[in-house]
Amino acid sequence: MAHLHAPLLKTAGLIAHYGDFQALFGVDIELNAAETVAIIGANGAGKTTLMRSIAGILRNQSAAVSFDGQHIGAQPADEIMAQGVAMVPEGRKLFPSLSVEENLLIGTYGRKSGGHWTLDTVYDLFPILRERRNNPGTALSGGQQQMVAIGRALMSNPRVLLCDEISLGLAPVIIKDIYKAVPAIKAAGASLIVVEQDISQAMAVADRVYCMMEGRVTLSGAPDTLSREDIHDAYFGASH
Amino acid sequence: MIWVDTIIQGILLGGLYALFASGLSLVFGIMRLVNLAHGDLIVMGAYLILLLVTILGVSPFLAALIAMPVMFCLGWALQKFLLNLTLGDDILPPLLVTFGLSIALQNALLETFSADSQRLPTNALTTASVQVGPISLGVMPLLTFGSAVLVIVALNQLFYRTELGRAFRATSDDPTTASLMGIKPANIFATATGIAFVIVTIAALYLGLRANFDPSIGPARLVYAFQAVIIGGLGSLWGTLLGGIIIGVAQTLGAAINPEWQILAGHVAFLLVLLVRPRGLFPRAND
Repeated sequence: MAHLHAPLLKTAGLIAHYGDFQALFGVDIELNAAETVAIIGANGAGKTTLMRSIAGILRNQSAAVSFDGQHIGAQPADEIMAQGVAMVPEGRKLFPSLSVEENLLIGTYGRKSGGHWTLDTVYDLFPILRERRNNPGTALSGGQQQMVAIGRALMSNPRVLLCDEISLGLAPVIIKDIYKAVPAIKAAGASLIVVEQDISQAMAVADRVYCMMEGRVTLSGAPDTLSREDIHDAYFGASH
Repeated sequence: MIWVDTIIQGILLGGLYALFASGLSLVFGIMRLVNLAHGDLIVMGAYLILLLVTILGVSPFLAALIAMPVMFCLGWALQKFLLNLTLGDDILPPLLVTFGLSIALQNALLETFSADSQRLPTNALTTASVQVGPISLGVMPLLTFGSAVLVIVALNQLFYRTELGRAFRATSDDPTTASLMGIKPANIFATATGIAFVIVTIAALYLGLRANFDPSIGPARLVYAFQAVIIGGLGSLWGTLLGGIIIGVAQTLGAAINPEWQILAGHVAFLLVLLVRPRGLFPRAND
């Protein structure tokens, strides 16, 4: 019975280094099935490092990251992706040599799962991409590029979607457009971890929020249980 | 009329240089690796074909066909277990390692096959020619050129029409993000070098059918291949064919004026193109 309630994905005492610099100091987070979790925090809090560690770009102790009951912390990114953890990387990172459609198609390279998401359903989610399908990915506006990056990750029909700063550098109206896709993504069966600098956006989309500061989780809980003051202290450090 | 004939012969010779260069261009385009042993690998391929011809008693074409999968595996393993370890931000390690490989290969070939020059056995077909108007075209140069065009068409199809090709281009753009797509960059690089070795085998076949070879001639083939790649623009396959043609035409024109000028004319053409277009004729936007 116990494992039925086990989280879909969790980190346990996750630490990460860049050379001599330690970026994460024992981070524990959990993502349950069908849940959306937001991770907030100031620049340099370790949010992107956490995402890269879960996705396997940064390798860890095997037990530091678990997915679906398996320890995956030591696996490389391509193997983690094949099990159903896809990432929308910070800065979008489209492939400049590939067209919009090729950028979407490459998303299925390591995982062909035959779920809800196909070229057609991704184009239905973001209709503008159907018009721009033969353009180079990098010829699009920032918001459209972000849609390609999300669509590319969806193409593998992931069970967990990691979204790293998907609103960074975009106009508020575009951000709203992009977040409109979240219900459809959840309906197709993905659980989400969203890294977000925009606190109100994070509060609106998430079932639970983790706030990070200097490589540690300083606060966590459902949005309606956290006061602005708690968040302010967790975000910047208690000043008094 | 003699000039038209000379230029056509030069274009056909360019096909051989394009074959020398395609594998180099492919590997450079995908992983920014300059393989200084490329010429010696072509010579090694020629010896492998010769060995198969001698042992099995088959024609050089069939021998090359048999050699291709062997060479693919060699290339795959070389990349996976040696060259991948040299890739990184520093461009020096791959240069040093492939330079060392070049010397080791030359000496290994010398030890094994001696310094005697060899040639793949030719039959009537390979010395035949066809008459087109007043111009006589050798069947062998035509076959060489046709093979070069075929190789480049096939590589372009692979790059732009297949999932593997998409993975090649994505990995070339950004290996880290490619790994998020489920791609193993180390295996993609190994596959690319394997394919380059198959092209090396085709180049080796025509090298051995058209002229004598011995263990020492690799570096000169590398120079022609290099010039073709650079004239064409690094990483552009059609550019590589055009680069080969320019070197070939320059060499035959030089030789027509004075036989001593053949090789020199190729180098001069290379320098002239670089003076006008320092990044080659079809440079890639994102290099």
